[in-house]
Amino acid sequence: MDDEHTDHHHHAAPASELEERVRRLEALLVEKGLVDPAVIEQLIDTYENKVGPRNGARVVAKAWADPAFRARLMADATAAIASLGFTGRQGEHMVAVENSAEKHNLVVCTLCSCYPWPVLGLPPVWYKSPAYRARAVSEPRAVLADFGVTLPESTAVDVWDSTAEIRYLVIPMRPAGTEGWSEDDLAKLVTRDSMIGAGVALTPDAL
Amino acid sequence: MNGAQDLGGMHGFGPVRQDADDEKFHAEWERRVFGLTLAMGGSGAWNIDMSRHARERLHPADYLASSYYQIWLAGLEKLLRETGIVSADELASGRASQGGTRPPRVLKAGDVAAVLARGGPVDRTPAAPALFSVGDRVRTRLINPRHHTRLPRYIRGRPGVIERLQGCFVFPDTHAHGQGECPQWCYAVRFAGQDLWGPDAEPGTAVLVDCWESYLETADGTRDA
Repeated sequence: MDDEHTDHHHHAAPASELEERVRRLEALLVEKGLVDPAVIEQLIDTYENKVGPRNGARVVAKAWADPAFRARLMADATAAIASLGFTGRQGEHMVAVENSAEKHNLVVCTLCSCYPWPVLGLPPVWYKSPAYRARAVSEPRAVLADFGVTLPESTAVDVWDSTAEIRYLVIPMRPAGTEGWSEDDLAKLVTRDSMIGAGVALTPDAL
Repeated sequence: MNGAQDLGGMHGFGPVRQDADDEKFHAEWERRVFGLTLAMGGSGAWNIDMSRHARERLHPADYLASSYYQIWLAGLEKLLRETGIVSADELASGRASQGGTRPPRVLKAGDVAAVLARGGPVDRTPAAPALFSVGDRVRTRLINPRHHTRLPRYIRGRPGVIERLQGCFVFPDTHAHGQGECPQWCYAVRFAGQDLWGPDAEPGTAVLVDCWESYLETADGTRDA
């Protein structure tokens, strides 16, 4: 691979041209009474500031700390996650998949960018990138290596391609040395990437 | 359709580059495109499958050369034009003319939270029992539909095993074209890495893909389970 060319994943049109095109479109839709600018602000604010991976971290921490919740989560993730107040758009049908020493789960959407918004917020840029969408299914171990995660060959890798409206939440392995921790403290170890399967949970010494 | 959106297994994109920053939006116009797309999505003028299909119908060269929110912007403009809600002249000028189709509703500020919390569940009452059961050996149909489909190229004609029964869901292949919800059973199907990539597969890897029932046949090539 020619490294000179690996950075060319998009050739965005000049920002000023795009800004003008979007400004024109919004002005047109407002003039026609089809969108309310206050609605746009609310939608942006919701996903920029209110919904994010701290929601998912609460789900994972509870699954680690509370065996009854874990059982409910694995049996019906949509209902278990809703019981913590996380519901709605792009999380209507949830499935939780659990990592172990034997099995590592990784989530991708090769066809677009499907992602569980209520628990993780909007996807990071890399999740939407052609490189990730192309390679996660064909060389997941190499992709994990890009994230600094090297799994032993004895750990099988299952890649979930989100082609339908099921949204997957990875439950990472609980780090050693966290026995008796509160859910609040456990949640601090749960990273966004670990809930996609592109990372592992932090260890206590990382806090 | 065999468009540029169907990226599974492609080579040449280089390493996965993690964000140096954690910004969800990198420019104000991206924020506005996100908000406009969701707001118009709430108008009922089209559904999520039509939205995905509008993006994947971009010319493959344009799709791959565009940033994520450029693709959203192009998809939104296309849907607005195709539904007759705005004209090409209006898009070019940014000024409204008379007429144009009205969408079924306009999303109101007081309704945003409720609309997002409700989402758009796609599970429907099944008309018939599921044809396949967990553990069944199946094969994906070798087809190349020109319309919207959620059967990616890299799994077509490949053997797999039913892993989970996910539910009876709206069928995107018809729903994206205004041909009705036509709900079907949907299954997570497990494909061994070597059945997808041959000797180039990494050891001990598998891919699980959610497949609607009509994407599948039994392992011996019949539809009779």
